[in-house]
Amino acid sequence: MAVRLRNATTGESLPVPPTIGTGRKQRTRFDETWRQFRKNKWAMSGMVLLIFLAFVAIGADFVAPEGLDDQQLGRRFLAPSAEAILGTDHLGRDILSRIIHGSRLSLSIGFITTSIGLVIGGGLGAIAGYYGGSRDQFIMRIMDVILAIPGFIFAVALVTALGPNLTNLMIAVGVNSIPYFARIIRSSVMSVKENEYIEAARALGCSHTWIILRHVIPNAFAPILVQATLRIGDTIIIAAGLSFLGLGAQPPLPEWGAMLSGGRQYLRDAWWMATFPGVAIMFTVLAFNLVGDGLRDALDPRLKN
Amino acid sequence: MIRYIFKRLLSLIPVLLGATFIVFAIMFFTPGDPATIMLPQDATAEDIAMMRDFLGLNEPFLVQYRDFLLRLAQGDLGNSFRTGQSVLGLILSRLPATMQLATASLVIAIMIGLIAGVVAAVRQYTVWDGGAMVTALLGVSMPNFWLGLMLILFFAVFWANSFGYTLLPASGYGTMQHMIMPAIVLGTAHAAFITRITRSSMLEVLRQDYIRMAKAKGLSPFKVVFVHALRNALMPVVTIIGLRFGVLLGGSVVTERIFAWPGIGRLLIDAVRAQDYNVVQGIILTYAIIFSLVTLGVDLLYSFIDPRVKVRYR
Repeated sequence: MAVRLRNATTGESLPVPPTIGTGRKQRTRFDETWRQFRKNKWAMSGMVLLIFLAFVAIGADFVAPEGLDDQQLGRRFLAPSAEAILGTDHLGRDILSRIIHGSRLSLSIGFITTSIGLVIGGGLGAIAGYYGGSRDQFIMRIMDVILAIPGFIFAVALVTALGPNLTNLMIAVGVNSIPYFARIIRSSVMSVKENEYIEAARALGCSHTWIILRHVIPNAFAPILVQATLRIGDTIIIAAGLSFLGLGAQPPLPEWGAMLSGGRQYLRDAWWMATFPGVAIMFTVLAFNLVGDGLRDALDPRLKN
Repeated sequence: MIRYIFKRLLSLIPVLLGATFIVFAIMFFTPGDPATIMLPQDATAEDIAMMRDFLGLNEPFLVQYRDFLLRLAQGDLGNSFRTGQSVLGLILSRLPATMQLATASLVIAIMIGLIAGVVAAVRQYTVWDGGAMVTALLGVSMPNFWLGLMLILFFAVFWANSFGYTLLPASGYGTMQHMIMPAIVLGTAHAAFITRITRSSMLEVLRQDYIRMAKAKGLSPFKVVFVHALRNALMPVVTIIGLRFGVLLGGSVVTERIFAWPGIGRLLIDAVRAQDYNVVQGIILTYAIIFSLVTLGVDLLYSFIDPRVKVRYR
């Protein structure tokens, strides 16, 4: 049915905007972003790679030819062949199977650590940016102090204090991400809070918490999403680096950094042990970087060069 | 300008004080009793109690922190729990190796990153641009410890198997040859970042009217790109170099471990494994000081690149 617009006082017909009443669906911001994103071949290949990785990680038990710790000492150091596509390690375990099982760990580490940083850092950044004043000063000075210590070194210190295992690794890398997100979200919130709709919400008597959660954060979401995607790749590398140094996941967990560390000892005799877990890390991080770059270009085409 | 430098130096004090507090707190709550670590295994409970008393470990947290700050102000970072050596002495003996490696990798990263970024921008949408961008993307996504192992595999293992000698040494310190692989490993990700940022910054600048004017005046393309465009495109590049210097320092820990490089990064991991927390604490503080000073240096560098910054702080 066609929509008719009339002037309430004179009753005259008003010109109808072309998208109203013509049956055409109005484009939302999501549609527009997705349209831009789809046009970017690199971003789409990153997305396909990520979906593939997610399926592999979820279905690891069905996809992997063997279990994560199935040892067959009779076939140690088997080079890549039809029997073991990516070879076997010093305990006769299938490297491909361990990489597939390890994808679960690496992706979980990436998502959990980024979530820790996003929730805590984001919360602190939102409070600092929204309220300003002494609260902003207090929170951001603490963040400056943490940022004065190089991130990886700070993570090493935290793991040392907490003890080297997978949970503590995730806590350390997550805490490491807090100042990063606090800064980004603070600046996004500071620009959003100046908008008139925030003033309107305040005038309507909405509480500060409601305004932050319902109006400020959703409108500051775009840069946060981009940075979170890019940060997942970074956290996977940091976590793998800590495991490589023996400060993260411990054997027999098939964390990719720990697998690389194990393979290092046998570099001369079994090159495949250190090579393929590194390739897995690289492609996973590459996928997140491609998607992150693509999202940034789609959300703000002015940045596209 | 001197006033500005002085002000920035003063602003470092609370940040570094905060860093000492965080590092001290982390190490304070780390499990493991330094007195037990320092004494022989057959030490009695009484010996341990006496040692704790001697080290001041029975004092409350804030008292211990105050004592730590007072010692720090005198340049005393304490002694190693394991060897009894002065922590400051240990750090100073290892610091030159780390700084050499960081400087070499930064030089490589800046050289490759600037050249690749400029070429990619000047030849936008050509094979050069595509090649530079794909390589940069791979460089950003590649873990440096894996790259290190792959270089060792190629230059030391495969080369030795094929030709009977190693092209580059897989570990050690002292000669230029020892430096090549660790510097490349540490510099790769930074070169990739610098390439990306140089390209986008140059593309912005190359569209400006003064570049069109310079071309119209008949200046050589070399002069237009390197004298007029690059200088104006350098600000974001310098910013990213400063910001990522912390990542470079972090990366040096892993790189030193792979190549047995005798720097403070390797000392840090050895100390963590040996639960030598005094050494760990001293090294982390050293990293924080270096990083803060580099950040300050980058801020000051702005005024040389862009004289308008200098005017602002007069």
